[in-house]
Amino acid sequence: MPAITRNTLIDVFARCLVFIAALVPLVFLVKDVATGDIGPDPGQAITERLGLTAFQFLLLTLAITPLKKVTGWNGWLRYRRMLGLFVFFYASLHILAFLQLLLGWGDLWTTFTQRPYIIAGATAFLLMLPLAVTSTKAMMRRVGRGWKPLHRLIYPAAILVWVHFLWQARSDITEMVVYGLILLVLLGLRAYWFGLPTLIPLRRG
Amino acid sequence: QALDYRAAPQFSTDEQKTPVDAVTAYNNFYEFGTGKGDPERYAGEMSVDPWSIEVEGECERPGRYALEDLLKPHEYEERIYRLRCVEAWSMVIPWVGVPLAAVLKQLAPTSRAKYVYFETLHDPKQMRGQRSLFSTIEWPYREGLRMNEAMNELSFLAVGLYGETLPNQNGAPIRLVVPWKYGFKSIKSIVRIRFMEERPKTSWEMIAPNEYGFYANVNPEVDHPRWSQKRERRLPSGVLRPNWIETIKFNGYEEQVAHLYKGMDLSRYY
Repeated sequence: MPAITRNTLIDVFARCLVFIAALVPLVFLVKDVATGDIGPDPGQAITERLGLTAFQFLLLTLAITPLKKVTGWNGWLRYRRMLGLFVFFYASLHILAFLQLLLGWGDLWTTFTQRPYIIAGATAFLLMLPLAVTSTKAMMRRVGRGWKPLHRLIYPAAILVWVHFLWQARSDITEMVVYGLILLVLLGLRAYWFGLPTLIPLRRG
Repeated sequence: QALDYRAAPQFSTDEQKTPVDAVTAYNNFYEFGTGKGDPERYAGEMSVDPWSIEVEGECERPGRYALEDLLKPHEYEERIYRLRCVEAWSMVIPWVGVPLAAVLKQLAPTSRAKYVYFETLHDPKQMRGQRSLFSTIEWPYREGLRMNEAMNELSFLAVGLYGETLPNQNGAPIRLVVPWKYGFKSIKSIVRIRFMEERPKTSWEMIAPNEYGFYANVNPEVDHPRWSQKRERRLPSGVLRPNWIETIKFNGYEEQVAHLYKGMDLSRYY
């Protein structure tokens, strides 16, 4: 019994650490806004940074399975849900910032029907919505065998997010080439290890 | 370095000026990187003295000019212009320089000169953005104006801002300022001027002709395919409340320039 208690304590402690680490980008953003380091066009800068942070957390979430496979340590899985929810958290803030700071809640119809890069980003967010909703233990039980295929929606979402960024790269796409390669490796490893069909969302078995 | 100049109030707005630290820390100058802070960080790697400009094409006085020789006959003036970026932000900047028309006239363009074309310095050793493998810009950066646009009284060659020599990130030692057009037309660090009979291809037009045209007049009626141009954020902008203002056709310079485009469909010639 004492051993289990000790492990539980370490686990809780580790989760707290990951949680705090995941808030660091937000803390730095708030700090830059407060000190003025964010620059003369804060709306643009805040929106961009929140979006990129969400994408980085998405890649981190997708790195968990490969990490588990490579290191042989299953413990990585304990942090996946939290990281996934942080993707959703930063993506939600990103969209709120976009609506409030860049769009001012005007031009909504044109923006979400006529601007392809917005459509790509918005679709990615819609795909992630059911994943966030079904992330609790209770919902996992209720969804049952369909849970895993449902959560493979994260793959098309990740690709759409990348497209959303690439579409906006104005002249130098180096950064998005790097992110694209990382995404390709993360998805490619899965295809290599488990077979391409295991990447298809909503497909049972 | 402080410059000698006289004010040109007839060409200046009395709107509140954008603070100098915003003007010099928030730049699009992709030769030094695509981040807004990259030019301030890295433009110091460019040497601007000595500087010469190659003049060629349809004119009577082609040749390689030292910058001082080109500027010597002219007195500097200060003009406070609005600058509207195609990305929907704007600034108010006190430029110091000379009218473009005065400099072009001294080069004696011939009657065949219908356009004037400009190039930015191309030197990957001094400009790290030009060393990037995945840049879609075909260097050097190129811009151009129709001759009557270039000769318009508003077209300006700036060598300074806020009374001092241009910082490198703002396009030292000499840059174009065309206040009724989106900012990307105002080419920086000019090393070549060519008078042409045919319309030159310009950099953004080469990259994305559906998004950026040759004329690039500020126009709230013609959206960029990716965003609206009806409004702009006048910088510095607030955090929770962006400093939105309505965008005005020709950036508010309609009176001086609208005649240049009489009869032209500006939604087609954007």
